[in-house]
Amino acid sequence: MSALNPALAEIVEEFSEVPEADRLELLLDYSRELPELPPHLAEHPELLEQVVECQSPLFLIVEVGADQVVRLFFSAPPEAPTTRGFASVLAAGLDGSSAEEILAVPEDMPARLGLSRALSPLRMRGMSAMLGRIKRQVTEQLATA
Amino acid sequence: MSLPLENNPNYAQYAHPERLVSTDWLATNLGAKNLVVLESNEDILLYSTGHIPGALKIDWFTELNDEVTRDYVEGAAFAELMASKGISRDSTVVIYGDKSNWWAAYALWVFTLFGHEDVRLLDGGRDKWIAEGRETSTEKPAVTATEYPVIERDDSVIRAYLPQVLEHLGNPLIDVRSLEEYTGERTHMPNYPEEGAMRGGHIPTAASVPWGKAAAADGTFKSRAELEAIYFEEAGLKPGDDVVAYCRIGERSSHTWFVLKHLLGFESVRNYDGSWTEWGNAVGVPIVRGEANGELPVKRGARA
Repeated sequence: MSALNPALAEIVEEFSEVPEADRLELLLDYSRELPELPPHLAEHPELLEQVVECQSPLFLIVEVGADQVVRLFFSAPPEAPTTRGFASVLAAGLDGSSAEEILAVPEDMPARLGLSRALSPLRMRGMSAMLGRIKRQVTEQLATA
Repeated sequence: MSLPLENNPNYAQYAHPERLVSTDWLATNLGAKNLVVLESNEDILLYSTGHIPGALKIDWFTELNDEVTRDYVEGAAFAELMASKGISRDSTVVIYGDKSNWWAAYALWVFTLFGHEDVRLLDGGRDKWIAEGRETSTEKPAVTATEYPVIERDDSVIRAYLPQVLEHLGNPLIDVRSLEEYTGERTHMPNYPEEGAMRGGHIPTAASVPWGKAAAADGTFKSRAELEAIYFEEAGLKPGDDVVAYCRIGERSSHTWFVLKHLLGFESVRNYDGSWTEWGNAVGVPIVRGEANGELPVKRGARA
């Protein structure tokens, strides 16, 4: 099993330490903390890729820097708090990580949050899809760098 | 005692106007004795961000489904759930939700399986209430638990299982998913997660009427004349038809079930809640790919 980078590992631990009944509240807290898009993206929403597997509109974009440090940006409406919560977990756990760390995140990472009894399978798949698309964008940008 | 029906001339056009209330009616009646308001959303966290004052949350995934049997809860569990929400058998239950009441209609359909008599939808749902600038609250309402009788679920009238859909072939079917899901078109780009079903397409002869066509821009239901144009003229239904509607897991088709049953007055409408998740994975049942409804197969597959 590949390892999670420290920031994401800490979030997974945070979720696993609260009782199952409180995990949704924690996800709601995360949904409120999703960072706004920076101006260069807020003015050009067309640059973001839609994660169509999510049941609510969710857009993301990855920027791999020359030093291979990866920036992640997400956009989701306030009326989609679950989707925002997932995006916010990935933003808090992976923004500023190295490309290598992001590509090493195990595919089952969403399941490790312990939410699969509270959230429908399609929701969980939406989060896996976000992760999959992030990795694909990182791989593509590394290839063209 | 149930609450009096809303006397709204706008709803008189529908077959069963008693199944709808307007945001005005609800605002006036909030807090009435024996009225329970439930919010049923696609997004499980949305209720916590603010809801109609006094409304309770009902979650289709964690509360209406049985964890083990891949089915809805049984009578005893439903009775317990109702009691915990302060609902009596004679309560007026008004359900509303996000996305044009898509999941609210699903909850209403499940209530109907248990024969709860007075269950109504808030026309326009959550979005309309908020768009009108009406009050919301994040306060969790206090509930006085009630007693609710154990009523066994009746799956025989408004629900279809796969074998019954096979028997139904030759009668009208409505596929309420998006056109892409209906045709079986797939994205084959690398690293894009695959669909949950083995095969893409639709049940042979099913007409495609995406569920959202029945909703107006503000989330309310379209007028009866507009609905008749969609379901009679475009989809080819005739009054009195025996209809089965389906989607991916039965949620979107509950919305269409509501439209056909309560707004257009079809007597016999069933929701096939196994839907494409089951049909698209089932052994020995026929499918059709592409935009055409398709012919009834002579050889229907081992199961048919």
